[in-house]
Amino acid sequence: MASQPLGSPLADDSLPADWRDFLALTKPRVMTLVVFTGLCGLLAAPVAINPVLGFTAILCIALGAGAAAALNQWYEADLDAKMRRTANRPLPAGRMARQSALHFGVGLGVFSVLLMGLATNLLAAFILAVSILFYVLVYTVWLKRRTPQNIVIGGAAGAFPALIGWAAATGRVDVLPVLLFALVFLWTPPHFWALGLFVRSDYAAAGVPMMPVVAGQRATRLQVFLYTLPMAACAAAPWAMGLAGAIYGWTAAILSALFLVLAARVALSRETDQALMLPERRLFKFSILYLFVVFGALVADRLLLA
Amino acid sequence: MTPLPPDDEAIRRRQRSRAIVMGLALGALVVLIYAIGMAKMMRG
Repeated sequence: MASQPLGSPLADDSLPADWRDFLALTKPRVMTLVVFTGLCGLLAAPVAINPVLGFTAILCIALGAGAAAALNQWYEADLDAKMRRTANRPLPAGRMARQSALHFGVGLGVFSVLLMGLATNLLAAFILAVSILFYVLVYTVWLKRRTPQNIVIGGAAGAFPALIGWAAATGRVDVLPVLLFALVFLWTPPHFWALGLFVRSDYAAAGVPMMPVVAGQRATRLQVFLYTLPMAACAAAPWAMGLAGAIYGWTAAILSALFLVLAARVALSRETDQALMLPERRLFKFSILYLFVVFGALVADRLLLA
Repeated sequence: MTPLPPDDEAIRRRQRSRAIVMGLALGALVVLIYAIGMAKMMRG
């Protein structure tokens, strides 16, 4: 299919967009982590949920995340066109009309909230709606182009799924899901700033005020390490407070220690060549694994020790 | 360079694939709503 040059704001809308481009608009790879944390929130809850309703709750979290991603790309098509990493997405590549992305995102978002309310409860539907609106309005529209703290505050959007999963199963919000929310919230800055360090030139070219662009590399490296400290404390809290058992506790302790070591290496590094930033790349990759394993350990802990 | 306008066959092919995906999604939704209804009735 003929695609337009990078950065072209015009879509070739004489040809209807392919369904695969609608799927790409939902950022399926990012959705994996969101679905996993939502599933862990659901499985860690002390109340067993009907499998059909549990499946529907996770489906709604996935659809809600997909809707937020579609609306993010609708709003940021101009930014995406300027960055190598995002230039081939359906909108900047000219494979889809912007209006189609807007309709798809709004439709999917409304549908996910309604289905969540129908299948589980109003609290879960309400938190899902808040998470979509938070990601789109607070992070994408308000913060992303204005402040280097965009990731810090916007990180809350990615922290909601565990809370939603728990609320879907129990109909309430307790201390443990709030700690899981805080863990993902505090995990987001070191995760994204590690990425921001080695794709700094992309963000600078697009004019996005990410921390490495605005405050410089040394300040960002220090912030990566400083955020890791409360993140590790938060990971240990469920065990320390007696809300989780030894499987979770030891897993969280060992992985948080590794996270701290990798973050310290990033903090001590003085490398300025993006291509040679190995500690940053290692921390970025490890941070994804960290969240998967720590959340997985919580579920294993709950299921095995129950 | 301006892309050439797509021919009718390319448009039809794209519409057909979208219609198939939409049909499958709607079919899955019907099954899901039915299953949710059954689960709710069994629970309550």
